[in-house]
Amino acid sequence: MNSLGKSLCAFWNSSIGKKIVVAVTGILLVGFLLGHMAGNLLVFAGREAMNDYAYFLHHMLHGAGIWFARIGLLVAVVLHIVATVSLTLHNKASRQEKYEHEATVQASRSSRMMIVSGLIILAFIIFHILHFTVRVDSGLADLKDPLDASRHDTYGMVIAGFNVPWVVLFYVVAISLLCSHLSHGIASIFQTLGLRSAKTEKATKALSWGITILLWIGFLIIPLTVLLNIVNDKEAAGQAAIENSAVHNLTGYRPSLNQVPSAE
Amino acid sequence: MNLTLKVWRQAHADDRGEIKTYEANDIPEEASFLEMLDIVNEQILEKGDDPIHFDHDCREGICGMCSLNINGVPHSKEKGITTCQVHMRKFRDGDTIWIEPFRAKAFPIVKDLVIDRTAFDRIVAAGGYVEVRTGSAVDANSVPISKPDADAAFDAAACIGCGACVAACKNASAMLFVGAKAAHLNLLPQGQPEKDKRVLGMVRQMDAEGFGNCTNQYECEAVCPKEISADVIAKLNRDYAKAAVKEAVGR
Repeated sequence: MNSLGKSLCAFWNSSIGKKIVVAVTGILLVGFLLGHMAGNLLVFAGREAMNDYAYFLHHMLHGAGIWFARIGLLVAVVLHIVATVSLTLHNKASRQEKYEHEATVQASRSSRMMIVSGLIILAFIIFHILHFTVRVDSGLADLKDPLDASRHDTYGMVIAGFNVPWVVLFYVVAISLLCSHLSHGIASIFQTLGLRSAKTEKATKALSWGITILLWIGFLIIPLTVLLNIVNDKEAAGQAAIENSAVHNLTGYRPSLNQVPSAE
Repeated sequence: MNLTLKVWRQAHADDRGEIKTYEANDIPEEASFLEMLDIVNEQILEKGDDPIHFDHDCREGICGMCSLNINGVPHSKEKGITTCQVHMRKFRDGDTIWIEPFRAKAFPIVKDLVIDRTAFDRIVAAGGYVEVRTGSAVDANSVPISKPDADAAFDAAACIGCGACVAACKNASAMLFVGAKAAHLNLLPQGQPEKDKRVLGMVRQMDAEGFGNCTNQYECEAVCPKEISADVIAKLNRDYAKAAVKEAVGR
């Protein structure tokens, strides 16, 4: 192995090196979350804005852009998880004999359940991708935009998807855990990258809580306003289908395709 | 005052060890915590039993020898003091006090409450020093150092190497100790020539000793008898990242 390879191995194998990997991938993931939240909020701008945005994401760089983003995110998520699980196992091994009487002075509850919140968030990410990206539910997958039948109706999918109370409950729990994770995680980025000091502590704390609260509100306002019918599908087809689904469908929304009006 | 003590007793390094209960009666409230243990030990010796072994030396808070997890907190819940400076007036008559050794894989128990902290010595030997010309002492003011740097270096140098940071850390991480020892020299002009070598060497030795990884919970900072700030950990992270990059590109 050449000397650069050796240095990279030594970096990954060191406690600080692995933590820097966690911090840098953490920055990418928080950046993604902010962008994802901003895009999602287009649901309040209506069907056309939301579906235009979804169309743009799927067609930027002739459809290659979204795959660059997906691969980048996948690499970041995998590195983040491999590094944190490895660090956690090492941490458990560093104190084999536990204290009979243990006390905690100032470590926050969120900071003490990072691995648990992280793994539950992973389960949520898998559910969320199957729900809205892979769309295992053909009812959500086959929706067509009433304004342009040639494209998928992302807006209708969000409204239908969040008209199922247990799904909304799962989103509320998962996003709350995500924000608990971030309340410790974002502040930790500054410490791990060596950017925190007595001078910057107040600012980093404020930024960390600011982003966390912003994401919590930004993400949860969508399923909650949909479930409470504050945001709804005004087009007849969607509305009929929601009434259809909300009552008796655990997996979401199953419109009959002949209800969807054609483009003209 | 009368107290109930729950004390960790372990005959030798390979013994399983267990908590044993002792009644400590007629303890004067002006006694220090270690004096209280001395009194209990006298009573144990009178019965012909093996006294409780614990580390101590200066008994004035500067040597770093005393340890003990008292009611779950290294050096007790009192801020900024070592176990030897804890006085019994801080407890109430009838209290139950849990006394355990500092626990970490890298700090093996020798006997009862006595632990082996030579892992710290090996970390310091891996870079926590400056190489200087021997001979007559250099004039104190020949190298100008700004007041903020001098103060920060002095704060870091206050570390007495007691290991409370490791004992309090949920992951038995030694980052506050290593951060303090590295910052103490890295902040000063005299420490610059060996800065990268120092940081890489000390962090690698820390990892090799089996200490855990910092998860930024700052339990170490909360229990440090010298109140060293976790800012030294941020500095260690920064200095390590720079040194690792320089090493990777061969500079």
